[in-house]
Amino acid sequence: MKIRVIDLEFSYSSVPVLENICLEVGKSEIVSVLGPNGAGKSTLIKCIDRILKPNKGTVFIDEKDLRLFSQLEIAKKIGYIPQGAKYSFSATVFEVILMGRKPHITWRTSEEDIDRVVEVIKMLNLEEFSMRDVNELSGGQQQRVFIARALAQEPEILLLDEPTSNLDIKVQLEVLDIIKEVVKKREMSAIMAMHDLNLASRYSDKIIMMRDGKIFAVGEPSQVLTPENIKSVYGVEVEVVKSNGSTFVLPLRPLRGNFN
Amino acid sequence: MRAGLQANKDVERIKREYKKFIGRKITFIIFSILLIAIFAGLAATLGSYQIHPIEVYGIVLNGFMNSILTGFYWNPETTKEMVVWNLRLPRILLAVLAGMGFAIAGAMTQGILRNPLATPYTLGIASGAALGAAIAIILTKGIIFGKYLIVGNAFVFSLIPTFVILGLTRLKKATPETMVLAGIAMMYIFSAVTTVLMYFAESDAVKAAYFWTVGDLGRAQWDAVIVAFVALILISPILMIKAWDVNIIMGAGDDTAKSLGINPEKTRIFIMLLSCLLTATIVSFVGTIGFICLVAPHITRIIIGGDNRYLVPASGFFGGALLLICDTIARTIIAPIVLPVGVVTAFLGGPMFLYILLRKKKDYW
Repeated sequence: MKIRVIDLEFSYSSVPVLENICLEVGKSEIVSVLGPNGAGKSTLIKCIDRILKPNKGTVFIDEKDLRLFSQLEIAKKIGYIPQGAKYSFSATVFEVILMGRKPHITWRTSEEDIDRVVEVIKMLNLEEFSMRDVNELSGGQQQRVFIARALAQEPEILLLDEPTSNLDIKVQLEVLDIIKEVVKKREMSAIMAMHDLNLASRYSDKIIMMRDGKIFAVGEPSQVLTPENIKSVYGVEVEVVKSNGSTFVLPLRPLRGNFN
Repeated sequence: MRAGLQANKDVERIKREYKKFIGRKITFIIFSILLIAIFAGLAATLGSYQIHPIEVYGIVLNGFMNSILTGFYWNPETTKEMVVWNLRLPRILLAVLAGMGFAIAGAMTQGILRNPLATPYTLGIASGAALGAAIAIILTKGIIFGKYLIVGNAFVFSLIPTFVILGLTRLKKATPETMVLAGIAMMYIFSAVTTVLMYFAESDAVKAAYFWTVGDLGRAQWDAVIVAFVALILISPILMIKAWDVNIIMGAGDDTAKSLGINPEKTRIFIMLLSCLLTATIVSFVGTIGFICLVAPHITRIIIGGDNRYLVPASGFFGGALLLICDTIARTIIAPIVLPVGVVTAFLGGPMFLYILLRKKKDYW
């Protein structure tokens, strides 16, 4: 197993946000974390990258305890793309992607760093934008820039917090195609927090469904995305359709009142 | 085959464009250095005491040769030598060094606080220094006595707000909001104390204390030049090394910075301490010359972009040139009366800043 999360617990000033989280992700695997707002998806992702320090439990990468790693060593292993990523000052696409090289250099950019950046620029088809200001790009183009930054970091693991939020449907598919492609090609592992059940179903090898900071169900998309699970986790009545070997969720109506 | 060739061309083009982009930044740095050289040469020949330019440069050269050869400070003998060596030269050098220090500290403070309006003054430096100077002038009490009474007091007091903010960040997370708000609170407290002091003081002392707060390079002497030089030489390289971390913290946010192996809170506090130390050192000699630390980084950012690795040296040299130009104007515009340079920086910098803001097409900075 590439990543092994064991008994992770986290609380914001004594309010528990994550409890008893255990999960495993293998090489070349994409795992989606699903759950309603406030279920703890983002917190889980931040805890895995040790952006937040868990109160209990730990994360192992290649069977090595992350607690023994410095933040810089973790940065060489894990790339993180936050929810609604943006760059709030004037900077060119090239400069933003170059920042991904940070864990590998202190100040001077070598020819190798520039080559790496050009490589990911090509990989994500950002050639024509390389000298444009990131703030001038569309949402989908910007998201590609942030994925490129994480790839320039050359991590073995990608953590993505709602990579498709605020993107139109075509761009959502494009972005997820890119993620899937690099995960398979570079034998990486990816964990992404997702809202769209159908996209999660289509692109994930495994789905983790969370409710109130705990894992409610784990398994392949077709095992987890059942009307019963979705009803108890989201409080929505749905119909699940299987077509061409994929699982699709058709929402019918929200349940009223206490649905647990 | 053809696709491969096209891809290679793209690679070359992207690299070429990036290098051109860096080249533009370096060109701006060289331009600013030239600007300093030209105006320093010009300013040395200007003044109410008429001395021929060639004679001026002769004296300057002679002075430097003597100082270097003997390893000691050269004592000029004639009036001309004294005017050039003891009055004009330290003033010119201090203008450049102070401008550099203010601009560098300003650029970094704006970055770590993610705030286009932030300067070390926002963190309470100016009001702290003003109180320190007022105590020295009005109560004639201070940390150090003698010649450095006012300077010493201004320096110590200007750093009090910084250390209070530092203390607060031990209790509360060092977010930009906490730091800016704490700085502004300190500003009000210190101003209030200064006002109370002035309210009960003799009018001559009040006038002197007020004049101190209006930044002025007239107090420039060789000791100030040397202290400012040492502070700049020690602090700015460290800020340069941290510049890239600041890029990431300011642009991408704390979470992304952490995921790239940076500790944003520690970096923020460290940069704040160094920027404030640099500013406090200069302010305690020249008073609060405003505007340079706000405007120089902004103008530079608009011209060469926001990458702090280049912005720090570039706005440093540009700030040095700007303050030198302002001071040259302050000395000559209604000669023999010399205006305080703080007034000129505001009069010149304000409209210039507005013009650039209006011409700027982007609505972010």
